[in-house]
Amino acid sequence: MKRHIKYQVDAQADWGAMVGEQPGCERLFSCIQCGTCSGTCPVSIYMDLSPRRIMALVREGFRDDALASKTIWLCASCYSCSVACPQKISVTDVMYALKREALSKGILPKDLAIPVLAQEFCSMVSKTGRNSEFWLVLRVALRTNPFALFTMLPVAWNLMRTGRLPLGREAIVRKWELPARAAAKGVR
Amino acid sequence: MSESNGSVRIGVYVCHCGFNIASVIDVEAAARSALALPGVVVAREYKYMCSEPGQTLIEQDIREHKLNRIVVAACSPLLHEETFRGAAERAGINRFYVQMVNVREHGAWVHEDREAATIKAIDLIRAAVHRVRFHKSLTPKRVPINPQVMVVGAGIAGIHAAITIANSGKKVFLVEREPTIGGNMARYDKTFPTLDCAACILTPKMNAVRSHPNITLWTYSEVAEVEGYVGNYKVKVRRKPRYIKEDLCVGCLHCVDACVFKDPKFPDTFNMGMDKRKPIYLPFAQATPKVVVIDPEACIQLKTGKCKQACAAACERGGVSFDMTETIEEIEVGSIIVATGFQPFDAAKAPEYGYGIYPNVYTSMEIERLVNASGPTGGEVVMRDGTRPKSIGVIYCVGSRDERHNRWCSRVCCMTALKLSHLLKEHTQAEIYNFYIDMRAAGKGYEEFYQRILNERVHFIRGKVAEVCDWALDKSEEGKLVMRVEDTLTGFVRRVPVDMVVLAVGLEPRSDAQEVRRIMNMSCSTEGFFLEKHPKLAPAPTYTDGVFIAGCCQGPKDIPDTVMQAGYAAAEAMALADIGHFEIEPNTAEVIAEDCSGCKSCVGLCPYHAITFNEVKHKAEINPVLCKGCGVCVSSCPSGSIRQDLFEDEEIYGEIEGLLATLPAAPQPVATA
Amino acid sequence: MANGEPSTATGYLYYPGCSLKGTGIAYEESLLTLFRLLELPVTELTDWNCCGATTYMSSDERDAQLLAARNLSLARQAGGADVLAPCNACYLTLRKCVDFCKKYKSVADDVHSYLEDAHLPTLQDVAIRHPLEVLYTDVGVERLRAGVVRKWPGGPVACYYGCQAVRPYTEVDRESNPMRMDEILNAVGVPTVPYALKTKCCGASHTGTIRDVGVRLSYILLREAARQQAKAVAVICPLCQFNLDLYQAEMRRSDPSLPELPIIYLTQILGWALGGDPKDLGVQRCVSGANTVRQWFTSEKGAPVHV
Repeated sequence: MKRHIKYQVDAQADWGAMVGEQPGCERLFSCIQCGTCSGTCPVSIYMDLSPRRIMALVREGFRDDALASKTIWLCASCYSCSVACPQKISVTDVMYALKREALSKGILPKDLAIPVLAQEFCSMVSKTGRNSEFWLVLRVALRTNPFALFTMLPVAWNLMRTGRLPLGREAIVRKWELPARAAAKGVR
Repeated sequence: MSESNGSVRIGVYVCHCGFNIASVIDVEAAARSALALPGVVVAREYKYMCSEPGQTLIEQDIREHKLNRIVVAACSPLLHEETFRGAAERAGINRFYVQMVNVREHGAWVHEDREAATIKAIDLIRAAVHRVRFHKSLTPKRVPINPQVMVVGAGIAGIHAAITIANSGKKVFLVEREPTIGGNMARYDKTFPTLDCAACILTPKMNAVRSHPNITLWTYSEVAEVEGYVGNYKVKVRRKPRYIKEDLCVGCLHCVDACVFKDPKFPDTFNMGMDKRKPIYLPFAQATPKVVVIDPEACIQLKTGKCKQACAAACERGGVSFDMTETIEEIEVGSIIVATGFQPFDAAKAPEYGYGIYPNVYTSMEIERLVNASGPTGGEVVMRDGTRPKSIGVIYCVGSRDERHNRWCSRVCCMTALKLSHLLKEHTQAEIYNFYIDMRAAGKGYEEFYQRILNERVHFIRGKVAEVCDWALDKSEEGKLVMRVEDTLTGFVRRVPVDMVVLAVGLEPRSDAQEVRRIMNMSCSTEGFFLEKHPKLAPAPTYTDGVFIAGCCQGPKDIPDTVMQAGYAAAEAMALADIGHFEIEPNTAEVIAEDCSGCKSCVGLCPYHAITFNEVKHKAEINPVLCKGCGVCVSSCPSGSIRQDLFEDEEIYGEIEGLLATLPAAPQPVATA
Repeated sequence: MANGEPSTATGYLYYPGCSLKGTGIAYEESLLTLFRLLELPVTELTDWNCCGATTYMSSDERDAQLLAARNLSLARQAGGADVLAPCNACYLTLRKCVDFCKKYKSVADDVHSYLEDAHLPTLQDVAIRHPLEVLYTDVGVERLRAGVVRKWPGGPVACYYGCQAVRPYTEVDRESNPMRMDEILNAVGVPTVPYALKTKCCGASHTGTIRDVGVRLSYILLREAARQQAKAVAVICPLCQFNLDLYQAEMRRSDPSLPELPIIYLTQILGWALGGDPKDLGVQRCVSGANTVRQWFTSEKGAPVHV
């Protein structure tokens, strides 16, 4: 049987403070664990760890547990939590910070299409400056669950017949101004 | 003793203050440096100057060496100026021949460089030595204190303070703006943790106020103006017209029955607006004084002049009098106790809980009236829509611990919510759900009370409700108010449908607290509660001598603490009255009348309104009791005709000369060929 | 400005965002038509790039702000007018960039050095506007009421505001029970229903990734609108429109009682009420309730009917 106990070595001492330094996250140590965020979150009922628990994990430095959760990916950035929080913590910005760290460390829950969407979206936009909805959905589906494409056929058909699904690849003209390209040239 | 030059004999003492000063400043070098100064006869350093042996050192030196000036280089004068002045006085010299130098807060505690800090200390000591030569022998002025006390606000705090002072034989003016005394406590049903009936424990005190020979009770009155200073306050009290002769009314209420309004139409504020009253009304059954009052905004006669005045006809004693007007009473008191209380947080500011949106959402104050046998429903828990609740949700911390509303914890709402859960369970047998963040039960008997409610089959869900809404996810939720919350103890997000929601609202300063405190010349904290002199050691006095605060106007608290603080304020007022006089520090400014040209420049500059202009003599005059010795007028007077004790020109110039004495002399001009 | 003028002579700088050129094309069509009817000059921001929305912020905070900042810098290049961002997510993302540059020095510094590297003008104060806010504040309810030439033949409408237009910034409308869309529609003769879920999340991009979660969130919204007797839902965001519009058949598989509700852009309804040609309002692009929409929006072959 698995033992569920946390030793102090499992906690990363300064990690919470590091998260707190990111823009928007500065008030996270004021959390009084009231649970209003979870209460107002529309998708908390699908989460493995409620937003409140994530805040507690961040404060205590249990980084891997927080980053590996489905919670951060389920966040739809609706900002209900941030507006409802009595301590004015921007919970949404904390979720963003955790998503970024999870992506950069490659700690991603299995079989969840959302991080894949994030990766494909960013890859597309950083190269071309625009996102082509058709190609984005196609790429994500192919990487995660090609069979999902079949379930999307009715939607795709409806979009196409009403002229709402352009098939071209969008791009801006002055691609050299995009952050990724400008960085290569300039000093940052 | 000669004031200056020649027979000045100065003793200089440099304190180690244990490690505090000595760890940074070379106290021996500082003391040695003083010996070289003119007039210094003795210079010592010692570990703890403020101690018994330290003071004895000063006293002995004064006697042995015939010292007539003392300089002590130590901590801040705020701490020990009194101590060293006392030592000097005991040894036989005037206490104002002592000058302190702050080498701790201004020296050792703010610098790290030993050498530089020591040089600075030496410079400051030298400045003090030069100054103290010019100190004069002074006598503090004594101001008589009027033994009468005014208490503003007659809730439990004001009532208790008034009775305590009156019992000691002193006269009290108790001023209350409502037509009756009793305050917020009169509204409560039962009080925690004993479940005593609030009215039952309060009304005997209310009666005591009414019948006490030493208390002058002015209800339906407000303080309009306060002038003066400690011991000598001149107060104008505005007495609003009741349109009823107070000495004739016996509270028979025939006038109320006879009123042309057959049905009451106006919101009854005592019952939190859940009931209606007529324009002529008695606030509640135990109102003290038991005298009706007519609301000029509601009464037809007072608004239009056209009413058959059935009330006047019904009164057998002729007590109704529509031509009463506001009167101003002027009284003189020595001290004032402000006990104006709190107001509950307005739950409409937090729309997520549905107050004012759904009819069956109530505040805790409203529930107090709802379960009260003398309330709008006779104690029956019948909601605004006429139904009785089978399930009730109680939300804690509404408006409190919230950056968007009030940051503070309101201290009493956890216990209030527990009490209301108990009372509602008793009255309705409904399923009661408490939604809390932390259970704050820190008083005597409070944790035990929590245990009692825990065992009364009441639900306790640790989680702050995110939203109260009437949209139903399924049939079981239809017609109910659904509370969505994370139950942090079981770990589930829950939807709990209830019939009635109770919001445990916090306590906040009253909406006109800022106007009131300006009248009383008090400060407030960032939250807006009146500011005490020291939060731990002096929570009832304020920075204005003679003005004290008690009860929730100083900060949220329960009834026991309110009574204690009221007693503290009363004790302070009584101490002032008993001692009978007050000594003021002789650092005040004075206008030398012969030199004053009557330009009036100083009058508007004084932050304490201590300067008046005598139109007859055409001279400015300074009230030494109001003067705080800030020196603004002294420095601003164009004709130099204002002087100030302890800050004479020669004293200040002496200090400056002492400070600058190490600088090289100005270079001589080169002689031109 | 309440007198109907945008803040500079060049009018509003229209920032479409990726959706308004694709799935949300009807929003662009109706917005441009409406603003033309109201004589509000609108110019599309040249060479705008994707704002990054919520997705880029999940990947790289610095680059996300820079992407948004490029658009703000382009706005400055174009004369510094107000930027009109109809998509709620674009509105929020651009607005957040402006806000964070003010609040956080690290963000402002990053943006500043990036713009220098890219040889783009540095940011100055630029206002990000949403059409709902422009219509309410710059145009005003009274002017809209006065411009009505058609009587609404359709049923009552549930006004759905979505999340990111009212949270966390409240210039578009207040967060708790916003009513500006309701007021505007009522003024042009469209009855609206009380709608407790008007600011609840539609599921955003979850409908494409975790299908059942996303679709259920939108389903709840539609079911409540129907329960309140609404016959259509008015929206101000292309992703909300997409979610509410494209999955209704699927929702009916689990709940056959869910009626077919057309999901119409606020700008489409207003454009129509003020006399615009239905063909210029993209109404033929509605998927759910298409027949109802066709009935409501065409009368006498599309010619305005004077009331």
